[in-house]
Amino acid sequence: MKGFATWGAMALMLAVMTGCGEKASTDKAADKTAPGGLTIGFSQIGSESGWRAAETKLARSEAEKRGITLKVSDAQQQQANQIKAVRSFIAQGVDAILLAPVISSGWDEVLGEAKAANIPVVLLDRLIDTADPSLYLSSVTSDTVEEGRVAGRWLAEKLAGRDCRVVELQGTIGASLVANRKKGFEEGIAGPGNIQIVRTQSGDFTRAKGKEVMEGFIKAEAPGSICAVYAHNDDMMIGAIQAMKEAGLKPGSDILAVSIDGVPDIFKAMADGDANATVELTPNMAGPAYDMLTAYKKDGTVPPKWVQTPSTLYLPDTAAAEYERRKDLY
Amino acid sequence: MNTPAWFAAARSRLLLLAIVLLANVLVAPGFLEVRLVDGRLFGGIIDILNRGAPVMLLAVGMAPVIATRGIDLSVGAVMAIAGAVAAATVNAGHAWPVAILAALGTGLACGLWNGVLVTIFRMQPIVATLILMVAGRGIAQMITQGRVLTFTDAGLAGVSSASLLGLPLPVLLALAAAIGTGLLVRGTALGLFIESVGTSPRAARLAGVPAPALLIGVYVWSGLMAALAGLIATADIRGADANNAGLWLELDAILAVVIGGTSLYGGRFSIGLSVLGALILQGMRTCILRSGLPPELNLLLMAVVVALVLVVQSPACGPVLARMTARLTRRGTA
Amino acid sequence: MGDTASMVLAVRGLTRTFPGVRALDGVDLTLRAGEIHALLGENGAGKSTLINLLTGAQPIDDGTIHLDGRAIRPKNPADAAANGIVAVYQEITLLPNLSVAENIYLGREPTRFGLVDRARMRREGSALLARFGLSIDPALPLSAFSTAVQQLIAIARAVDMSARVLILDEPTASLDSAEVAVLFRLMRELAASGLAILFVTHFLDQVYTVTDRITVLRGGKLVGERLTADLARLDLVAMMLGSLPATESHLQRRTAVAPGDIVVQVTGLGRRNLVSPFTAEIRQAEVLGVAGLLGSGRTETALLLFGAVRADTGGVLVDGKPVTLKGPRDAIRLGFGFCPEDRKLDGIVADLSVRENIVLALQARQGWWKRVPPARQRALADDYIRLLNIRTPDAEKPIQLLSGGNQQKALLARWLATRPRLLILDEPTRGIDVGAHAEIILLLEELRNDGMALYVISSEIEEVAAYADRVLVMRERRQAGMLTGAEVTPAAIIDAIVRPVDGEPSGRAA
Repeated sequence: MKGFATWGAMALMLAVMTGCGEKASTDKAADKTAPGGLTIGFSQIGSESGWRAAETKLARSEAEKRGITLKVSDAQQQQANQIKAVRSFIAQGVDAILLAPVISSGWDEVLGEAKAANIPVVLLDRLIDTADPSLYLSSVTSDTVEEGRVAGRWLAEKLAGRDCRVVELQGTIGASLVANRKKGFEEGIAGPGNIQIVRTQSGDFTRAKGKEVMEGFIKAEAPGSICAVYAHNDDMMIGAIQAMKEAGLKPGSDILAVSIDGVPDIFKAMADGDANATVELTPNMAGPAYDMLTAYKKDGTVPPKWVQTPSTLYLPDTAAAEYERRKDLY
Repeated sequence: MNTPAWFAAARSRLLLLAIVLLANVLVAPGFLEVRLVDGRLFGGIIDILNRGAPVMLLAVGMAPVIATRGIDLSVGAVMAIAGAVAAATVNAGHAWPVAILAALGTGLACGLWNGVLVTIFRMQPIVATLILMVAGRGIAQMITQGRVLTFTDAGLAGVSSASLLGLPLPVLLALAAAIGTGLLVRGTALGLFIESVGTSPRAARLAGVPAPALLIGVYVWSGLMAALAGLIATADIRGADANNAGLWLELDAILAVVIGGTSLYGGRFSIGLSVLGALILQGMRTCILRSGLPPELNLLLMAVVVALVLVVQSPACGPVLARMTARLTRRGTA
Repeated sequence: MGDTASMVLAVRGLTRTFPGVRALDGVDLTLRAGEIHALLGENGAGKSTLINLLTGAQPIDDGTIHLDGRAIRPKNPADAAANGIVAVYQEITLLPNLSVAENIYLGREPTRFGLVDRARMRREGSALLARFGLSIDPALPLSAFSTAVQQLIAIARAVDMSARVLILDEPTASLDSAEVAVLFRLMRELAASGLAILFVTHFLDQVYTVTDRITVLRGGKLVGERLTADLARLDLVAMMLGSLPATESHLQRRTAVAPGDIVVQVTGLGRRNLVSPFTAEIRQAEVLGVAGLLGSGRTETALLLFGAVRADTGGVLVDGKPVTLKGPRDAIRLGFGFCPEDRKLDGIVADLSVRENIVLALQARQGWWKRVPPARQRALADDYIRLLNIRTPDAEKPIQLLSGGNQQKALLARWLATRPRLLILDEPTRGIDVGAHAEIILLLEELRNDGMALYVISSEIEEVAAYADRVLVMRERRQAGMLTGAEVTPAAIIDAIVRPVDGEPSGRAA
């Protein structure tokens, strides 16, 4: 009886482990498409979030659109796996490599190998620390300060000069992303001084903490005195929306709600009237990279070192349609 | 039977809780007010109970494990798995009671896995449960496929939002689990057996205490409590967040049990004092979150306060504190 | 010889008070160079407190200590050691996972260029141990050696720390007689080299074998100091107990009631590499004594009989029916009880109260669901505390605060509460003060007379000879004999222990 349970549990663990292993294999289906086009290797961090999964999916579909053969390698959050993948791409003689680095340091050696093999590398979504910028051709990331700025500007325009006490849900303390989104937002609301951030607290980018911190804000501030909430990501905002509802407040009208990322659930919330605006962190990082690589390969056009994806503001009017468009992507 | 001894143990924790609540009042003057709105109670105390419910549940499961000289590091991951199972089940079109049973069953299975590793394979508990702590989040992520698995089922959401007799359901669940577990271990001989196995495994075995079944039992119970906590956390945000649900809560639970006076070397334990420990932790957290201080100070403040609490409870401070509280109580009654 | 020797340590009016108790009350003690001095007294007499004050483990409330004429007041054990007072305890306080050399030089390692000089440490350690008659490799971990050798290493360390006064607290409690002999030779050599030795023990034989002078404490007070040669054994016990004792009477053989039917028949029970198959029958109202030296396999027979270790050959019949013993729970279900040798590790559950310790086995047999009601638990505990004269303020006191003898009585109570048919006792009187010792022997005889079957392992041969109806003798992990009736005499037992095994497992049994 006990023995049976043990072996059953072990079999389960084994199944889990082999299941994880399969994800690491390269994308064989994509190999068949467009034998004449470029072949590009993509070392992806993993699939830890919906956004990350969408980034991979879009990398595939955008490649297909352009007739590019894409090989994806999932590193399961391990830099060692990424280095292995890049080396294997070099050995396969790909035309270019996309790298979404899991951490910022320790890339010099392997990128040197790519450079020696004359294979251009484009960084996606995150930058690396290196003394030698010639190790990579270009990078495609969002402008995280701009994201905050767009959110701030929207709030300033929406208020049109009215006074407003804002509470801020920060991401995890210490991330540069957090400092940037905070700085951008402060720039966006700067001006006549009608808007002030009265409370700021970390919600660790999670729904649960976002909800808990928002509950605290509501209790700590005088009833009706909070006019808007700004969250560094949509997940915290979704938690905060629940906190407002449970406190008998109407998010979206009693308290304005603006956040960043553009995950499907926030579009749903906007469609339901619970949120007012989100600034999209586009998962389409590969598209611009493909375009610059195609141009580079064709006539040697050297792209800028840093290409910023647009920080697009989305409002409730298009939310329902945007939700439909995204719900299967994430 | 020996009320003064019990009271002496509870006294220092109650005093700590009172200090924490006082700090909350200083931060938010209306903190102690409790209002009845739409048949549901609202107020700072209720918030602490409500927010503290998952750690209370984890502590209720963790205390017996630690009393057997073990530890369960996997409870946070089990919360994530149970939440993911529940969300996936309702999203697959099953009724919410099915989802709850599936989640609780998952917790039992996880506990059984831990118990078997510790008891049959004789792994050290910290290593055995570390396996599930690491792998468990992976399992949960497989179920949710890396997303926050949102659901709209009102029944499942009700685990967190429903209320009974004016109290939020999570509070009632945590209190019921604490009282039920307390009755189970003290109303039967389980408590005696757990403490004897934890204090002296060899002596307990020679006295005929069925140690293997008991050990498996405490891990299964811990898994069940973790699953319940996972259900509450998932219902709270109406979504299963495999990456973050229950993250680091195993450490909060262990800390709560330690504040409750159970030694990590096993032996004497108290469900009630462990729950009190969980409430002290949550009270501190609520106070810090609402203080308006820069969030950069959160971790530092928490660490300082926890260190203070443990120093105050250390054997070195015990007599001093006892004298102090005795004087306070005398003055209070005089 | 002690009279003419110079005075090394002079303790005058030493006092230590705990809340409610005067643990030591104006005690004098004089130690002379070259003398072995016994410190005797029952548990609670103040021996441990006196040692704790001499080694600075506890602060002195009143009184003086003069070492070589100089007043000292040790602040802690390290300070006492620096002054030349070092203690070696029954429980060895060295670190088992470190090497022998590291243990000897712990906290005072020889260094070279600021680093620990391991080669020198080993070399000097080896030379030091050789002086103590130990030819062992000091690089091996301490745990590789027997308790006796560890004890000698601890003494070597103590003496090497330029000790003037060596305190030995129950050093012989876990040694066999050959090891004791080695220790005594060493003690005499050390004394001859000018050391003053304070020797604490429960074994009166050893006092007369090795000591020159005796100081007796009782109830925290000094009873007196005598030359060993001038003090008759009976007078010594009288000094310790405060009256002419009946205690020595337990060494006189008493007639037993007629033994009853065979309760347990052991046939060829054994386990490879543990103990060769042995055969014995245990009858109602009978004590089967088990004698043998440490390591003779005597304890292992009990472990097999109780199912604590599974046998791989032979079998056990209870009331003539074969039974399986897969674990202690099987044995308990059959009505067996077992008080193990290592009371601290295998017997008591230290954190739990006396009451909980007493009900534990009964509760385990009833299962977790059917709790013994609290009122009945209290009644059981109070009854046994009264019946067995367990000295404790109340039943809720943690058992670890009780003295060894009272812990042993509580363990007996644990099994008596299950009303066992067979009670297995391994060294029931080891490390117990004289009073409790006698009480336990009397209790065993009462239980036997009430019809219980007893299986008693003891290294105290005279005692075994006094109360056992038959004696199983073990030697080198084999059955070396079975003595019955008139054969049960100390001489015959020692003879069977010493005589080589002659292939015939039942020895000279009739």
